[in-house]
Amino acid sequence: MITIIDYGMGNLRSVQKAFQHINIEAVSSSDPATVAKADKLLLPGVGHFANGMKRLKETGLLEVLNQKVLIEKTPVLGICLGMQLMTSHSEEGDVEGLNWVSARTRKFRSEGLKIPHMGWNNVHVAKPALIAEGINDSNMFYFVHSYYVSCEQSNDVLFETTYGDTFVSGFQKENITGVQFHPEKSYKSGFTLLKNFATAPCSDQE
Amino acid sequence: MFRPRVIPALLLKGQGLVKTVQFKNPRYIGDPINAVRIFNDLEVDELMLLDIMATRENRCISTEIVKQVGDEAYMPFAVGGGITTLAQAVALISAGAEKVVINSAFARNPAFIKELAAELGNQSVVVSLDVKKTWLGKYEVYSAGGSTKSKSALTDLVRQAQDNGAGELLLNSIGHEGLMKGYDLELIRSVSSVVQIPVVACGGAGSIKHLREAADAGAHALAAGSLFVYHGPRNAVLVNYPEKEDLINNFR
Repeated sequence: MITIIDYGMGNLRSVQKAFQHINIEAVSSSDPATVAKADKLLLPGVGHFANGMKRLKETGLLEVLNQKVLIEKTPVLGICLGMQLMTSHSEEGDVEGLNWVSARTRKFRSEGLKIPHMGWNNVHVAKPALIAEGINDSNMFYFVHSYYVSCEQSNDVLFETTYGDTFVSGFQKENITGVQFHPEKSYKSGFTLLKNFATAPCSDQE
Repeated sequence: MFRPRVIPALLLKGQGLVKTVQFKNPRYIGDPINAVRIFNDLEVDELMLLDIMATRENRCISTEIVKQVGDEAYMPFAVGGGITTLAQAVALISAGAEKVVINSAFARNPAFIKELAAELGNQSVVVSLDVKKTWLGKYEVYSAGGSTKSKSALTDLVRQAQDNGAGELLLNSIGHEGLMKGYDLELIRSVSSVVQIPVVACGGAGSIKHLREAADAGAHALAAGSLFVYHGPRNAVLVNYPEKEDLINNFR
């Protein structure tokens, strides 16, 4: 059972609908006790990084999430802001993140580039992974973000995308995966990714 | 590679979808949910649903209809029409919309955008500007469905929208709307050159070639109404959208 973390940010309905569409059971919860029982976790997120961290702390989910993810090694997929929150720090608000992955979140700066990066773009698969099965350069995903992730460990990099410069659009470190795009809004490409995440055995995500 | 979004812009009047020409003479197109269902099957990039009478009737676009759209639509969609409070915007986002489109409320109080962006994030707030070109060639901005003229200059308004945290600008050419003779490229150029946020062009698209022209003029995304609801020389109603291959090749 996939538990979608409800911390008051992000359109849970879209994520829930997407799982429904691919016949995967998923529930949303803001209750730490329910989250503690999850087989797999999904961390959605839309909005400001600082707000995201604040809400995670306020809901009391921070502790149970650290326990689940860092100690119990529960597979977790972060989407958009969810992925960014997994990093150590964001320039959006100059705030510390969950620090689950050695990475930082930075603002797009390229001259002449329209920001946010809003629209359809593709990904380059940087390393083999079960979640990336069936995904290649021709798959398009929906992106909407003004900040991007930069990994400190190159072997954590899962997907790369070009918008002005090339940035990390997906990372994976053991049980922790994050994607910058919205798979729940990306039709077949996104459904493939979500299905891969849901069906990969818990003990071996890579 | 990044490709500009191509967005069907659907106008809601009462319970039905309509299409106007230069913001006048609404013609009934069909049931909105049916259209959304078809666009979903056609896997469109994004959708926009605007209630064109909401402001004039002093109400907000119905959350119920947005929920129904959300149930059918797997793609991101923006909604607008009479949104004047944060609570309304939050309700619409919770009902499934990705973004809210603000026109008249921005004209009355630009700071409203800041309030929305702080809560929803910039990417969820679109400022819409309806623009008419005077016979002297000057651009003037209107709100409330083209009935109320703004005292501010176009470039001042776009900068204000950006400064207040809008994630995107929806630029509608009243004069080109519904004529299917091409976008107002000069308008697109003049606006996209003064802001860093994406500009969504709307009004005038009649062919896939027009979409490319607008993108080359600086539009980050292309919205169109008539192009995606009409077909043929007599404008028969037919919900349609280009093939993905054609879109990719068109913007290469």
